[in-house]
Amino acid sequence: MLLIKCPYCQEDRPEIEFSYSGEAHIARPLNPDDLSDEEWAEYLFIRSNRRGLHHERWLHAHGCARFFNALRDTVSDKFELTYKMGEPKAQVKK
Amino acid sequence: MTLHRKPEYGRVNRGKPINFSFDGKIYSAFDGDSLASALLAHGVHLVGRSFKYHRPRGFVAAGPEEPNALVTFDRGPGRVTPNVRATTLEVFDGLVAHSQNNWPSLTFDMGAVNDLFYMLFPAGFYNKTFMWPKSFWDRVYEPAIRKMAGLGPAPIDEDADIYASQYMHCETLIVGAGPAGIAAALAASEKPGRVILVDEQYEFGGSLLSTPNMVINDIPAWQWLEDSLAILKARENVTLLTRTTVIGYYHENFLGAVERITDHEKDLSSHKPRERLYKIRAGEVVLATGAIERPLVFQSNDRPGVMLASAAHTYLNRYGVVVGEKIALFTCHDSAYEVIFDLADAGISIAGVIDVRDQVSETIIAAAKARNIEILTGTIVSGTSGKFRVSSLRASKIEDGKITSTWEIACDCLLMCGGWTPSIHLFSHSKGSLKWREDLGAYIPDNPNENVISVGACNGTFGLRKIMTEGAGGSTEYQVNAGAFGSGIIPATFPTEGDPAKVKAFVDFQNDVTEKDINLAVREGLKSIEHVKRYTTTGMATDQGKTSNLNALQIAAKAVYKPVQQVGLTTFRPPYTPTTFGALVGGKDGHSFHVIRKTPMDGWAEDHGAVFEPVALWRRARYFPRDGEDMLAAVNRECLTTRCSLGIFDASTLGKVEVIGPDAAEFMNRMYTNPWLKLKPGSCRYGLMLGEDGYIMDDGVIGRLAENHFHVTTTTGGAPRVFRMMEDYRQTEWPELDVWLTSTTEQWAVIALNGPNARKLIEPFVEGIDLSEEKFPHMAVREGRICGVETRLFRVSFSGELGFEINVPAHYGRALWETLFIAGQKYDITPYGTETMHVLRAEKGFIIVGQDTDGTVTPMDVGMSWAIGKKKKDFVGKRSLSRPDIMAEGRKQLVGLLTDDPNIVLEEGAQLIANPEQSIPMDMIGHVTSSYWSATLNRSIALAMVKNGHALTESNVYIPMPGKIYKAQVSKCVFYDPNGERLNVI
Repeated sequence: MLLIKCPYCQEDRPEIEFSYSGEAHIARPLNPDDLSDEEWAEYLFIRSNRRGLHHERWLHAHGCARFFNALRDTVSDKFELTYKMGEPKAQVKK
Repeated sequence: MTLHRKPEYGRVNRGKPINFSFDGKIYSAFDGDSLASALLAHGVHLVGRSFKYHRPRGFVAAGPEEPNALVTFDRGPGRVTPNVRATTLEVFDGLVAHSQNNWPSLTFDMGAVNDLFYMLFPAGFYNKTFMWPKSFWDRVYEPAIRKMAGLGPAPIDEDADIYASQYMHCETLIVGAGPAGIAAALAASEKPGRVILVDEQYEFGGSLLSTPNMVINDIPAWQWLEDSLAILKARENVTLLTRTTVIGYYHENFLGAVERITDHEKDLSSHKPRERLYKIRAGEVVLATGAIERPLVFQSNDRPGVMLASAAHTYLNRYGVVVGEKIALFTCHDSAYEVIFDLADAGISIAGVIDVRDQVSETIIAAAKARNIEILTGTIVSGTSGKFRVSSLRASKIEDGKITSTWEIACDCLLMCGGWTPSIHLFSHSKGSLKWREDLGAYIPDNPNENVISVGACNGTFGLRKIMTEGAGGSTEYQVNAGAFGSGIIPATFPTEGDPAKVKAFVDFQNDVTEKDINLAVREGLKSIEHVKRYTTTGMATDQGKTSNLNALQIAAKAVYKPVQQVGLTTFRPPYTPTTFGALVGGKDGHSFHVIRKTPMDGWAEDHGAVFEPVALWRRARYFPRDGEDMLAAVNRECLTTRCSLGIFDASTLGKVEVIGPDAAEFMNRMYTNPWLKLKPGSCRYGLMLGEDGYIMDDGVIGRLAENHFHVTTTTGGAPRVFRMMEDYRQTEWPELDVWLTSTTEQWAVIALNGPNARKLIEPFVEGIDLSEEKFPHMAVREGRICGVETRLFRVSFSGELGFEINVPAHYGRALWETLFIAGQKYDITPYGTETMHVLRAEKGFIIVGQDTDGTVTPMDVGMSWAIGKKKKDFVGKRSLSRPDIMAEGRKQLVGLLTDDPNIVLEEGAQLIANPEQSIPMDMIGHVTSSYWSATLNRSIALAMVKNGHALTESNVYIPMPGKIYKAQVSKCVFYDPNGERLNVI
């Protein structure tokens, strides 16, 4: 069971307190009506499904109930770092 | 009479003799014996039949790696455990165990004919031999194979024991309390952090328990052990866990361990849990899990009496049991000589040592000579004889890789040593990488993936001094009397006499996989060890190949002419040893298996004979039968009473969310399809929520209590996901909105009153709210008091009748319910449940999200375009409503169905067809989503999703059901009171 650091609680907490919420940094378009069907489909359905470091959203469901962003390795499963919503997208070190 | 004990040997408690039963026969034993040692003390070597060929099998090992000696541990009904390794089962007075996989008996087993027809069971035989005729598989082959092959039968009674689990935390977890682990614990516990030392055996000591002649820092090994454990026990930061197997090593130093608490206890009346699962989070993990001796792969190496040299050592020194009267050794490694010398020193006759190697060291030769033991170098064992126990071996001289001469040597026990395999299972669970050690012919830990170190034999370090010094992390230098551990070669395979295709040299004893099976798999094109494993099933038995994996790997490597590293290694997976379901379930069985949510009025419903059904995690009253009514009779009565007079319904399970803040209306406007900005405080509106994909996600009535305050209701099952989705948008998409969300589902009890007398009933109890039609119209909400309790009173209806939903703080729910129920007697009030609720709403054509919709249904599909705020710029799901597939023709749409025969109630889920004359497979145009008998209409009604259904009104469709195809006419969804006049009771 992973330990996950909630950036709001500033504590390492067990994985069972959290739930996964999909890929991060996919902002809802401000004016959906301006998008073509293809662009809207891209936003709705297309995800990067990355092997390796992946930007994800997590919810501290049984804790502070806040969504946050994380950089996690999909091979080792481990979290590289977590950060608050609204903070810049974490850079992946090459 | 015990014949095979050495009185001056062993750690068993001779002052405490006990009796046990195996296959119905009573044997004596001593406290401290394992079932294996106790049976061997009586000369019992035959303990089971093999998986596939039903060959007689005995003990190979003395520890948890044992592949053969699986027994059923029988403590009576509800306490039968199959496939227990006899080598790890502690004997207590009265223990009962049975042998497995034999019929009618262990010595006369009909299944042994399989051994004669071995050509039918080659590698991959499941896929080959039983392929034809196809119809034979279900009727003949599979039942026969299931009967003949296998392990002990799974228990059928409910488990009579209880199980426990707990979390533990420590700075250092040490797995394995052999010399390395104890040295590590002594060193680690000098620092202030918490130390947990775990060992699967009932006694700490590991290999030291089998080597009393060792001297550590000038102290005899067993004395050193006692002293060290006393030191550890005295340290407050140390927790010692015996009989505890670490079964899995998970992310970030999270390990699972199972402690066996009562399996060794005679008396079960203490009600202690049988086992306890520890979930341990450790700062650092020290693996000191030792190594497992490797069998040698030669013809008939599976005969009872053929066992690992280390096992004989343990039986002698730990249990005082001699495994034979004339013992031979077949080895390729120096380490086994210590065993044979110990046995000779105990006065046991040694039949000879057969060593594959051309040369052994002068020291060994001298020590052998001193004991008058003959060493045959450059020699192999090419076979064994004996019915249920080895009686002789065939020794063959090897020159240039070929057998040049063969002769018989009589023996009643043959020890084998094929080198040592470090126990890297847990390290492997933790995803650490491995490296190949050519000199050991084994993998050892390389780069760790967690904060873990491996010490001692599991790290490829051998020799007591080195092991202990490594365990201590260099902090202590240990001096021991033992000589060098020595070395060996890894021969993998041996030349054979005669036709190699007829040789049965076993690699995996538990799954009956032989050397030729692996060679055959390679010849048939399986080059990766993962494929060889699955094809031959080697290493796939309950022991996960603890004794067989590396032999299989090396045989496969040899067959493909590749270095072992290129053939790979199969992955170890938890659990390390078989684990009971009970331990994993812990206390969460029966009623505590999963949460049952109950409303404040649940007890009243139970007292009044309600029949319940599960709805999400809730249990809800389904109907309230009176005087022996069945469900249909009860529901008919409940429906008619509600329509004619008054029904009372517990709606507390509805999800509730408080939406509060200056931007509350804007937030609602974005989350729901409907317009909210202009809804007046005190009014309600039916809210429809879509996913961003445009499909209906949830619905519910929402009341605006004030400009900045909404009381939202959701479906019962949808409450958690709706709340989560709202929070998601609030926190991540629209953080600029000044709005708060609070789940209040469990804070309110909700009583729904429906029927023409609903207002009359509540009128006397309500204060502060004018209930008149003009002041409190349909779809209004008011705050006031009822029976003196604060209430949010909704005038809403999910039945089509005059209806109120009375919200009161949860703990007043039952009292209010009882008050209203008593007062309602003059209106012949009926409590009703979810079934009647469903019928009443279906008569009105109201959908249930999740029943009439399935996650691919749009508002237009169910005729709810009216719920979409046409002028709104945006809301969740809006853009998707103009996606091409959602605008396209031919979508399924919600319609009503009226069967030609009004007495026929269609099956929910039944498929619809347009033309019953078409050939099979028929073109299915839709399905029934809801279907009931309507007592009010005195006929059946149904809702269905039908392709282009809105255009099919009044046309016929057909519904095939078991035995008959029924005809129905497509109708509007509203079957009753289409103009809604019944809402307006004055």
